[in-house]
Amino acid sequence: MFTEIGHYALILALAVAAAQAVVPLVGAHRGDRTLMAVGRSAAFAQFLLVCVAFGALLHAYVTSDFSVANVAQNSHTDKPMLYKVSGLWGNHEGSLLLWIAILSGFGAAVAGFGNNLPAALRARTLAVQGMIAVGFTLFILLTSNPFERLDPVPLNGNGLNPLLQDPGLAFHPPFLYLGYVGFSIAFSFAVAALIEGRVDAAWARWVRPWTLAAWVFLTVGIGLGSWWAYYELGWGGWWYWDPVENASFMPWLAGTALLHSAIIVEKRDTLKTWTILLAIIAFSLSLLGTFLVRSGIISSVHSFASDPTRGLFILALLLVTVGGSLVLYALRAPVLKSGGLFSAVSREGSLVLNNVLLATATGTVLLGTLYPLIADALNLGKLSVGAPFFNAVFVPLAVPLAAAMALGPLLAWKRGNLMRALRALRPAVAAGLLVAVGTLVWGGSASPWWAALGTGLAAYLFVGTLTETAERVRLFDVPPAASLHRLVHLPRSAYGLLLSHLGLALVIAGITGSSAWKVESVQTMRVGETVVVAGFAYRLDGVEEARGPNYVSARATFTVTKDGRPYAVMQPEKRLYMQPQRPTTEAAIVTTWLGDLYAVIGDANGPDGFVTRLYFNPLVPWLWAGGIVMVLGGLVSLSDRRHRVGAPARAHAALAVNSVARGA
Amino acid sequence: MRRLVYALPLLVLAVVGVFFFVGFDRDPKLIPSPMIDKPSPAFAVPGLRGGDGTVGNARFGGTVTLVNFFASWCVPCRIEHPLLMELARAGTVRIVGIDYKDKPEDALGWLRQLGDPYTVIGADRDGRAAIDWGVYGVPESYLVDRQGRIRFKQVGPITEDVWRTTMLPMIKELSQ
Amino acid sequence: MKRLMFVSALAALLAAGPAGAVMPDEILKDPVLEQRARGISKDLRCLVCQNQSIDDSDAPLARDLRVIVRERLTAGDSDMQVVGYLTERYGDYVLLKPPVKATTVALWTAPAAFLLLGLFTARTVLRRRPADAGPVPLSEAERLRLQEILSKGGQA
Repeated sequence: MFTEIGHYALILALAVAAAQAVVPLVGAHRGDRTLMAVGRSAAFAQFLLVCVAFGALLHAYVTSDFSVANVAQNSHTDKPMLYKVSGLWGNHEGSLLLWIAILSGFGAAVAGFGNNLPAALRARTLAVQGMIAVGFTLFILLTSNPFERLDPVPLNGNGLNPLLQDPGLAFHPPFLYLGYVGFSIAFSFAVAALIEGRVDAAWARWVRPWTLAAWVFLTVGIGLGSWWAYYELGWGGWWYWDPVENASFMPWLAGTALLHSAIIVEKRDTLKTWTILLAIIAFSLSLLGTFLVRSGIISSVHSFASDPTRGLFILALLLVTVGGSLVLYALRAPVLKSGGLFSAVSREGSLVLNNVLLATATGTVLLGTLYPLIADALNLGKLSVGAPFFNAVFVPLAVPLAAAMALGPLLAWKRGNLMRALRALRPAVAAGLLVAVGTLVWGGSASPWWAALGTGLAAYLFVGTLTETAERVRLFDVPPAASLHRLVHLPRSAYGLLLSHLGLALVIAGITGSSAWKVESVQTMRVGETVVVAGFAYRLDGVEEARGPNYVSARATFTVTKDGRPYAVMQPEKRLYMQPQRPTTEAAIVTTWLGDLYAVIGDANGPDGFVTRLYFNPLVPWLWAGGIVMVLGGLVSLSDRRHRVGAPARAHAALAVNSVARGA
Repeated sequence: MRRLVYALPLLVLAVVGVFFFVGFDRDPKLIPSPMIDKPSPAFAVPGLRGGDGTVGNARFGGTVTLVNFFASWCVPCRIEHPLLMELARAGTVRIVGIDYKDKPEDALGWLRQLGDPYTVIGADRDGRAAIDWGVYGVPESYLVDRQGRIRFKQVGPITEDVWRTTMLPMIKELSQ
Repeated sequence: MKRLMFVSALAALLAAGPAGAVMPDEILKDPVLEQRARGISKDLRCLVCQNQSIDDSDAPLARDLRVIVRERLTAGDSDMQVVGYLTERYGDYVLLKPPVKATTVALWTAPAAFLLLGLFTARTVLRRRPADAGPVPLSEAERLRLQEILSKGGQA
């Protein structure tokens, strides 16, 4: 019964979304407040209805109701509860329901928290959200309905792919979708602004928190996916430039560019058309990702089962949404009036450089991902574009970007003094060179030349970012107490900058370490034998059988010693899940400050030997730590009241007078 | 002029959209063979059945040959097998079979059960000969002309459609 | 009886497919050759997988190809010859790094082209004439509001 309620709720949600798409738009056009207000009510109603639908499907999964086809295909009574729940979004239909749940949630958030938006802008934004919702809800109801029933009801379900029965991967899709769909708000704001014909500093200020939130979620989603790949796939790799990984990376790159270019719109009232375009592109890339996973058009590890009908529908959805917004852009962008000027050598100038580099990176990744398809369509033959290509073209772009990241914040707004900024960067450059040389010396011939570049860059960026904060608090220029006082009273967005840039420095270090100095040892070991990897001695004590809720496993025990002293006990497993029958490897990982010990037990090889893979992955923990620090930076920035709407009323008027008086 | 610049993103989308539409008909995992119109690779594998002898290039030449890679453990191979049986009965073309990574007794049992359309069968136990032919899965079939050159490759089972529209006409043409 | 099932499950588990990529019996004795083999393998696509290299994949075909790479290296082939051996049979599809050919020129030059385009556009934007710039003038309603605020001495 719940299932039918859910189904019906979804149909109602479609109707409400349709109303939300049309009525507020008409209202904004006519200046009719009543019609505009419909947008808010519709957004809340839609969210509520979609929640009911989601809840209905969730109920079916939790109670293992196998009369629902979707549950029968993707669940099993033996699964732990967490994975029964995450199984909801581990398949095509359910994940789409999650998509629109988040979409309607964000719409409701704009309706609820956007009280300081001008009524017309909010109405139009909600209308665009409604249009997107109509498209996706139609898609679900017509081609991917999760509420279909099965008759006769099977005794048990098909189970969930064991690879997906994992905490990291259980949360990876929700965070990813929060990111993807979060960009829809920036998109809706952009389209609304185009319809209105007006983009100003205020618009930029309203867009930023939503974009920042989406960016934070997407960073977490990508981080979780990479971390999962690292500990689950058995050899310590975490990024493969797989088409669907790229599909999540491209919106991230565009979103980062958008965050930075919105700053310029706010400060200088210029670069509007570019920023609007970025907002459209970021969400378009999210939609593209959705299309690539579900259409079967590109071969990828991540693809859901492909179905041409579904593929065609999403393609149509993609073309209508992106095409429509780009038509609007072509028509209305010339109308937007530009504001202030700035010198090329200035903080704005460095942000422009940031955008150019990020846009180039996005375009390159896009072309590389689509090239096999393009070549095949043009009958140029079948070719592959894999990790070697992307690594070769991405790194040369990342280096100048990181270099500019430390320099940019040291330049003044509008017109910066390059010499002064470079002088301020001397400690950073010195740190970079020191670390680079140190790496070359320490690594010797075992270390590739680019490792020194990576570590040097990371050190440079780290010190450079600290330099910017030091400048802000006038370190060494004023008494330490004064500096401390300044530090504590810095605006939160300053901490945001500090943390996110520091985080990236750590990420660069982590990437360099794990790529350049990974130590691997593959061999057949007998029980009692010892193998030494990177200074750690692994003794195989035994392999025994173990049992889990829905699997059996072979569990090995390694005693690890360092310099003769006991260091850790590691127990990697090789599991065989029952339903469906699939083997998986569960590596044992011990994290140290400088790297990860990583052990994998393989198959029996010969009478009493086992294949074992033992690794040392240097600096990988810095990669995850860096990601967390970046996310923290985003969250701290998000909490800055200056960058959110609703600054306190008393200060408002004073600000207004000041800004008018200065002509800013 | 400046206005036209704003239409560029739309143009890019249109181009990409066209590629996507075309791409729907393509299977990203179908790899075309680089060996078309080249001499068939030199190989020699022991025969599967008693009277087969060594099976290799030496056996080609003279007539058009259909080289079919199969295995007893291969499920899609069963789909094309009836077609192969018909061809053998009609004597349309000489069919040489290569048994890929299979146990001889399993293969012989499979042939006993489903029928044996092959003139000769080679047993490629380790799959090396298959790799020399650019095989990456079974079933795969090649049309080799009278001079021993590869002229066509079919990845996956031979369907009625492919047979009628492409392979049969080509065999007729090559036989002249 | 249960224990027997368990043991055989364990045996099945451990006898099941490989758990990772390179197996101990594939590793060449000569570390230099083995290093070359690993490097070459990382750039070769596993044809039956979704976008993995033969170094990363545990598919049987990937293993066969890894063994072939090592055999050819041991026989004295150069890196290019080993790769050529495979492209002769499988075409360019097997290369994860697309070769620089007429068909891929657009791909390889794109990053530089995009960058130049971006820098050029940025330069054009930054050199805009002052006439285009300047703050947006206040609308009538905004001007009146400003009067209001100013007359109240800065209190809203």
